[in-house]
Amino acid sequence: MERDTNFILGIYDDEDVLKDAVTKVRDSGVKIHEVYTPYPVHGLEDVLGYRRSRLPIAAFLFGMLGTCLALTMQLLMMAVDWPMIIGGKDHAPIPDFIPVTFELTVLLASFGMVGVFMISSNLKPWGQPRIFDLRSTDDKHVMAIDIANNASIEEAKIKEVLQSSGASEVNNKSFE
Amino acid sequence: MAHVTNFNLDQKFDFTAALKKSIMLMGGIGAILLVIGIFTSMGGGEHGHEAAGHGTEHVEAPADHGDHAAEAGHAEESDHHAEAAHEDEGHGGYHWSKRFFANLWINNVYFAGIAIIGVFFFAIQYAAQAGWATAILRVMISFGNWLPFAAILMIVTYFIAGHDLFHWTHHDLFVEGGAHYDKIIDGKGGFFYWPLAKGSFPIFWVARMVIFFGLWIFFFNKLKNLSFQEDLNGGTSYWYNIRKWSAIFLVIFAVSSSISAWDWVMSIDTHWFSTLFGWYVFASWFVAGLSSITLVTIMLKERGYLEMFNENHLHDLGKFVFGFSIFWTYLWFSQFLLIYYANIPEESVYFIERLSSDKYGAFIFVNLIMNFVLPFLVLMTRDAKRHTIFLKVVCTLIIIGHWVDFFLMVQPGTLGHNGGVGFMEIGMFMLYGSVVIMVVLTGLSKKNLIAKNHPMLEETYHHHI
Repeated sequence: MERDTNFILGIYDDEDVLKDAVTKVRDSGVKIHEVYTPYPVHGLEDVLGYRRSRLPIAAFLFGMLGTCLALTMQLLMMAVDWPMIIGGKDHAPIPDFIPVTFELTVLLASFGMVGVFMISSNLKPWGQPRIFDLRSTDDKHVMAIDIANNASIEEAKIKEVLQSSGASEVNNKSFE
Repeated sequence: MAHVTNFNLDQKFDFTAALKKSIMLMGGIGAILLVIGIFTSMGGGEHGHEAAGHGTEHVEAPADHGDHAAEAGHAEESDHHAEAAHEDEGHGGYHWSKRFFANLWINNVYFAGIAIIGVFFFAIQYAAQAGWATAILRVMISFGNWLPFAAILMIVTYFIAGHDLFHWTHHDLFVEGGAHYDKIIDGKGGFFYWPLAKGSFPIFWVARMVIFFGLWIFFFNKLKNLSFQEDLNGGTSYWYNIRKWSAIFLVIFAVSSSISAWDWVMSIDTHWFSTLFGWYVFASWFVAGLSSITLVTIMLKERGYLEMFNENHLHDLGKFVFGFSIFWTYLWFSQFLLIYYANIPEESVYFIERLSSDKYGAFIFVNLIMNFVLPFLVLMTRDAKRHTIFLKVVCTLIIIGHWVDFFLMVQPGTLGHNGGVGFMEIGMFMLYGSVVIMVVLTGLSKKNLIAKNHPMLEETYHHHI
């Protein structure tokens, strides 16, 4: 995947200003790459127009996989490969299987969810996370605009939009 | 920015005549069904098959003995035993009034639980310093209005029908060497009769009931009055005061809810015991109480009250209902699995009595489907928890479902083969339920609907998830 390397950054001091700015910038036709904040800002996803995360679907599918694996494993072991009678029960006592099935469902759902999240947010071990501005981990909100993504709009125009929306600084940022 | 004081904080719930009428209609239908039920069981119950192990045949039919001894002896045959016991003719042991009082007891325990859960959930909000639920605090505490009625009904029911409901009240069980001497129950006798002689007046048991209800009503009044005084005077000192009383109440409730579950429900099957029974009954109460709180809140919201209560708060209530449905199932299954796996006769008789019965067998599965499978599947998605229609369906289902749960705990041990869900059960549930709703809503309509000087009201308004 070819990665975009040239960005314009708007730095904001205040979350309310930021939320208004997101609306203004989007209204002016500029596409926002991503906004980085030091803490969760309520309502930011709404103004950015993000769709809800599909992570729960991944969790559900991994959970189902865990259920199937657990039941298959126990049935193969206890009923097919080496049938045993324990406590006078059937070879396949389903109630006895529930705790293991539950545990494997939870295990795979959570592992799968963490894995999918890591990969989709570029936190995978071989990934190179990009830090736009170190201050976004401290006290500044950073709005990143991808220049390649806004080819029809001049750079100066984008900067002007950011400036007028209340940014305290407007910077350029390039990645190798 | 919108501010919480823009809302009408002095609103009161107007308990309109139309609403009263529809509740009375439900109660009326219930009463009619109840009367039909009484007439049908007057005619139908005379052949009098008696319950396995716990019926009154010990008193009424001297020829019928030794089924407790049989229990201990035949592990593999215990289901034969249960069936055999059903065949026993317990002459004259059954009367329609017995079924009436068993039903009354089911509803007594169930609705007393829902009432105290309202107070409990209120106390939780303060102990946890939670702000999200501030708009519906008054809904929770209003459930406690039922407590005094519940206390009276329970005590009266015990004194009228104690012998029908509780096997351990029969005094010949404690006569050593007597024909009906029961060593196991004799060993547990002190729990009911201390300090008096076993088989006399169960002063310890009655005293516990009186003390628990006394404490619950005291704390309900204390918390309610502090909350209403806050409306008049404001300031944060009330909040700290309520938090302190809430914390004390929670400790007391933790102990008293468990013991009341042993007393009122588990002692019906006197031989049998389960160490997590207190939790199990609590979980059943809790999820039914949460569903009731949700339904009353939705009802208020649809009538235009509680403007600041929005889908974010509904989402939280939905998560509680969803989560505690699973919690109840977890306890149900924990109890079941250990008994099933160990297969010790004196434990497994509890499930065999229910599963092998044509009256109750199906309800075990109805219970699990209504209280676990359906709520779990319906409320799993985020959208379902944020829309009233799903919650209305699921909460109604859960309230009926947990009635079935209590039905399964009480009836097999009291009525045995004569029980089952009929007109009497449905009628009594509807009648009793509508009386409870009347009392709770009347209490709710007396004072302000919103704790207007609560320090976390602003937080509730901005709640967003």
